[in-house]
Amino acid sequence: MLAYLIRRFGQAFLVMAVMATIVFFGLYAVGNPVDLLINPEADLAEQEETIRRLGLDKPVHVQFGYFLSGLTQGDLGTSFVHNRPALELILSRLPATLELAFLGILIAVVIGIPLGMIAGLKPDAPYSKVIMTGSVIGFSTPNFWQGLMLIMLFAVFLGWLPAGGRGETVDVFGIPVSFLTWDGLSHLILPAINVAIYKMSLVIRLTRAGTAEVSLQDYVKYARARGLSPVRVVGVHILKNIMIPVVTVLGLETGNVIAFAVVTETVFSWPGIGKLLIDSIGLLDRPVVVAYLMLTVFLFVMINLVVDIAYSILDPRVRVKRGKS
Amino acid sequence: MKKLTLVAAALSLGALSTPASAQSLVAAFASEPSSVDPLYHNLGPNNATRKHMFESLVGEGPDLAIIPMLAESWSSSEDGLTWTFNLRKGVKFHDGGDFTARDFLYTACRIPNVPNSPSSMAGFIKRAKSIEAPDDHTIKVTTPAPYPLLLTDFASFGVISASANGHTGPVTYSKDGCAGIDSYLDSKAYNDGSATIGTGPYKFVSFTPGESVVMARNDDYWGDKPHWAEITIRPITNAGARVAALLAGDVDVIEKPPVQDLDRLRKDAKVDVVQGASSRVIYLHFDHVGEPSPGIDGTDGKNPLKDVRVRKAISLAINRPLIVDRIMGGLAVPARQLVPDFMVGVDKSIELEKPSMDEAKRLLAEAGYPNGFSLTIGSPNDRYINDSKIAQAVAQMLTRVGIKTDVDAMTASVFFKRRNKYEFSLYLAGWGSSGAGMASPLRALVASQSKEKGLGGTNRGRYSNAELDVVIEEALATVEPKAHQALLSKASKMVVDDVAILPLHYEVTPWALKAGLTMTPRADQHTVLTSVRPAN
Repeated sequence: MLAYLIRRFGQAFLVMAVMATIVFFGLYAVGNPVDLLINPEADLAEQEETIRRLGLDKPVHVQFGYFLSGLTQGDLGTSFVHNRPALELILSRLPATLELAFLGILIAVVIGIPLGMIAGLKPDAPYSKVIMTGSVIGFSTPNFWQGLMLIMLFAVFLGWLPAGGRGETVDVFGIPVSFLTWDGLSHLILPAINVAIYKMSLVIRLTRAGTAEVSLQDYVKYARARGLSPVRVVGVHILKNIMIPVVTVLGLETGNVIAFAVVTETVFSWPGIGKLLIDSIGLLDRPVVVAYLMLTVFLFVMINLVVDIAYSILDPRVRVKRGKS
Repeated sequence: MKKLTLVAAALSLGALSTPASAQSLVAAFASEPSSVDPLYHNLGPNNATRKHMFESLVGEGPDLAIIPMLAESWSSSEDGLTWTFNLRKGVKFHDGGDFTARDFLYTACRIPNVPNSPSSMAGFIKRAKSIEAPDDHTIKVTTPAPYPLLLTDFASFGVISASANGHTGPVTYSKDGCAGIDSYLDSKAYNDGSATIGTGPYKFVSFTPGESVVMARNDDYWGDKPHWAEITIRPITNAGARVAALLAGDVDVIEKPPVQDLDRLRKDAKVDVVQGASSRVIYLHFDHVGEPSPGIDGTDGKNPLKDVRVRKAISLAINRPLIVDRIMGGLAVPARQLVPDFMVGVDKSIELEKPSMDEAKRLLAEAGYPNGFSLTIGSPNDRYINDSKIAQAVAQMLTRVGIKTDVDAMTASVFFKRRNKYEFSLYLAGWGSSGAGMASPLRALVASQSKEKGLGGTNRGRYSNAELDVVIEEALATVEPKAHQALLSKASKMVVDDVAILPLHYEVTPWALKAGLTMTPRADQHTVLTSVRPAN
């Protein structure tokens, strides 16, 4: 198990290094951040002075060298725009995104799995058809459109919930969270639903397919024949056996939400890392973008690891063997 | 019954989500200030935010005319080399300290030394040879040559408190670094509020990047008592989300409502729209040097844009009123000079051109291009209001007179890189002038590029006209207002006659407010919330 973990971490660092290099040179090729950051009134001497001050006058390989030497000391660079260490900037925005992602996933699971099982157990019932049609709409309409519709409905027409922003936060162990106050929660609900809709549709479809398949298996029939209560048959024998694909997809989707909730965060002006990423790309704030994507790679590798471990718990036949997953 | 409780719950919920008190004001900005340090980043949203908390020595009114601020009055010497400012007495910083000349000197000392500044304010003080304080309420500035734009420069940065920056004792300003001050505070000390001590109508409360800047009324403010007890600036970068936040009542004021939504917003009883002329001109710049010029075809390698007849033909081919009407939805004013009428240095005798396709074709034939040629316009697509749509319209109009034109529109970061490498034969961009008026675009956009003289900084068409340079430099060295204005107008006429650059229109800036509120639009497009008031 230890060798396995070491190997997984090794892979993670390799991918992070490749990613950092590509992004570094890619952003260099796109443009010069000073063209965007500097006031147009600045004359040529001031423009040059600013480029020099930010270290952008050096050839790209020298800049990359500085970046690498910083890395060895755990320094991912300082944001050109915000004058703060890139990692610190990202971590300061991370709680907002995590909160959003986890609530979104929670909603997707808590509502999606039961609906999917209902649709799988009674595929011909009218309500199952409604559920399935709903799920098609859920994952085929664009995320930003769903977000704007949620705002129009719940914020503009009904006036029940705020249209965006984060609202009041409470510090828990120094981390600001918003789900503990009513104001914070009211700001969180709409973006979380926006995140949840697509995932919920996926979960419903996966669960239904799994349920339909598993409920015809011999062991389910046998369990029924043994006289087990329907709740136990569905809740244990079926549920446990359909969870593997659901867990895989949810794992990847969690990573996706955390790393790329850009659309939801933009529509709801939610101050998370997705919004930071898109703003930083727009301003070519290279240290932030590079650090962000390295962190993202790390996150995905870790999530996959957790998913693999979850497999072995859900299905005893899957064993974590020597680095194979 | 269940349904009823649900509705009741919903109603009470709705009541909770409206702003807490009528005394507080929430505004949505289209882009976020990168810091609340007034000297860190010379950028629109930073400067707009700064104006609430930090004041400049002299101010700029809504039309960018210079007004008294921390200095009550000022004068310049006969030879134009010495300026004397008389400071307002009894002005207090937010921490209770007195504002004196020493604070201005300290501000001047910190400006070139703000750590890691991505766009320094140093240009605003570099013309000063010396800045001295004969007494606590007088500031004397000398310049090596007469310099008429000193007031505009001094209106562009906020004055910080020397004491709040940890400095005790007197300050002596020197161009090469101030004696006795080894280090200056990082913008971090401002972002956490510890050094964010100004003299302005609002005091700093909190800055949460990505979320908000909150400020509270300064009850000891020297000027008119600020109307709102608390104001909050929220960055909402997505235009649709900004409108939704206004309609939902989350915010009271939004900047840059999308042009296509304005008609609907004007009809909405819950919303009022306020608009005002801005100093921003949208222009096309020609490649005056490249031969062959990138993007031009069908001319045997020649650059037709070097011929003034071709430039005139292009100008005649463009129907500016049509662009203003159809693409800008009326939110623009057709332009022929580089700043609008209400600013300093406009030659009021120059009239708008009447578009004429026949005349354009005739000039093209005369210049040796009876069958036209082909051309590509470079344009950003996310920088100015409807930028790439304007470029499309121009392209169609040029194609109609025989200049087959394509549009190459791209995101701003790519556009500016390519423009600065001279990769366009014709490009669309915008220029928002400071209170300097015509002097601002003249020295940046059409004066010959010169690092030593600090001219032509954004002249990426590389236009160079020695006669014009002489007039611009003379204007920039003439302090007497009438003579200064006359020289600027003369230069403007030369620019128009030679079609050195092609102004299309001046933007009109809209703001949308909750019904019952009104505000004074500013020509520099800054959203300054002190001017927001109940309508009656």
